[in-house]
Amino acid sequence: MLAGLADPVLDSQRIFRAVLEAMAHPGRVVAVEGPPETPRALHRAAAAVCLALVDLETPLWLDPAARTPEVLEALRFHCGCPIVEEVRGARFALVVDARSMPPLEAYDGGSDEYPDRSATLIVQVAALTADAGKRLTGPGIAGEARLAVDGVPERFWAELRDNHARFPRGVDVILVAPAGVAALPRTTEVGD
Amino acid sequence: MDSQERRRWMSVLAQAAPEDVEAAWRKLAEPPAYRLLRGPETGLVMVRGRAGGSGAQFNLGEMTMTRCSVELDDGRVGHAYVGGRSGRHAERAAAFDALLQEPGRRPALDEIVIAPLLARQEARRAGARARAAGTRVEFFTMVRGEE
Repeated sequence: MLAGLADPVLDSQRIFRAVLEAMAHPGRVVAVEGPPETPRALHRAAAAVCLALVDLETPLWLDPAARTPEVLEALRFHCGCPIVEEVRGARFALVVDARSMPPLEAYDGGSDEYPDRSATLIVQVAALTADAGKRLTGPGIAGEARLAVDGVPERFWAELRDNHARFPRGVDVILVAPAGVAALPRTTEVGD
Repeated sequence: MDSQERRRWMSVLAQAAPEDVEAAWRKLAEPPAYRLLRGPETGLVMVRGRAGGSGAQFNLGEMTMTRCSVELDDGRVGHAYVGGRSGRHAERAAAFDALLQEPGRRPALDEIVIAPLLARQEARRAGARARAAGTRVEFFTMVRGEE
C-alpha cells in the first residue's frame, strides 16, 4: 500500500491553498506538491488534489482508467471516501483518460436553490500551458487569460460553454498536469 | 486468518500500558523494519453505548484516541487504534499487529508478547476488583413480623 501525505494537516492545507489560487484565477497554472508516493495511474498533482479534497463525506466517481486496484486501495484508505458507480451521485470525479470522459452535463450540476451541491471534476491531462490556447474571461481574470490544454477532446470546450450557460448550476473543473493545477470553474467563459 | 483471533490481540495491545508495549518491542530479537502508512495521529472518537447492552444507541462521550497504520517489508499491513495520546504506543501496536498476521511468527509472539500483556491487564483488573470488593456493603432487610 502507498503512504499518504507526510504531514496530513499542513500538506493538505498547502495543496488546498494551491487549488484555491487556481480556482480564484482561472487559467493560471499553479504548482502543487504531491505525496511522496503516487499510484502509477495518477500524476503526483492528481493524487495530491484527491488527498486534500476528498474525504468520507464526498462520494467519488472514478473513470475506468483510474479504477486500478492501487488507486482504489490508496483512496479508500487515505480518504475514506465512498466510491460510487454512477456519475450522477458523485461529489468529486477523477478522470484519468480525458479523451473518453463522460460529457460535463452527465455530472451533478446542483440545483437552482443549492448550486453548491454540485460535482467537482479532477481531470488529468498531459500538459497545461498558460498564456496560450483558448481565451478565457470572467470573474478572477483581469481582462483575459489564455490556457492551452493538451489531452482533452475538442468537444470538452463546447461542453464548457454549455456548462457556463447553465449558471448558477454546473460543474467546476480542476485540470491536473505534471506541472501543476489549473481550474475552469463554471463562471469562466471560454472563447476561441 | 481468523478475524476473531486478530481482534483478540489488537484488543490486548490497545489496552496494554504504552510502556509495556514498548518494553515488549525491545525484547524482540530482530525488530523488523516497517514504514508508516498513516499517522501516528491523535483525534477524537465518539463512544456510543446501549442502555443495558440492548437498548437504543446513545452517545456516551468523546474520547481521545491515537491511530497508526504501518507496512512491513513483506507488504503486510498492521493497524492500531489506542486510547490516549501516545503515538509510540499506536505505532508499536500497529507493527505488532502486522507481525502477528504472519502465521509463522504468531505462536512465538503470542507467547512472549500477548500472553504477558494479557496477564498484566488481568492482574490490574483483579486488583481493581479486589479494592472495590473491600468497600462493599451488604444491605439486607430484616423481615419484621406484623404479629
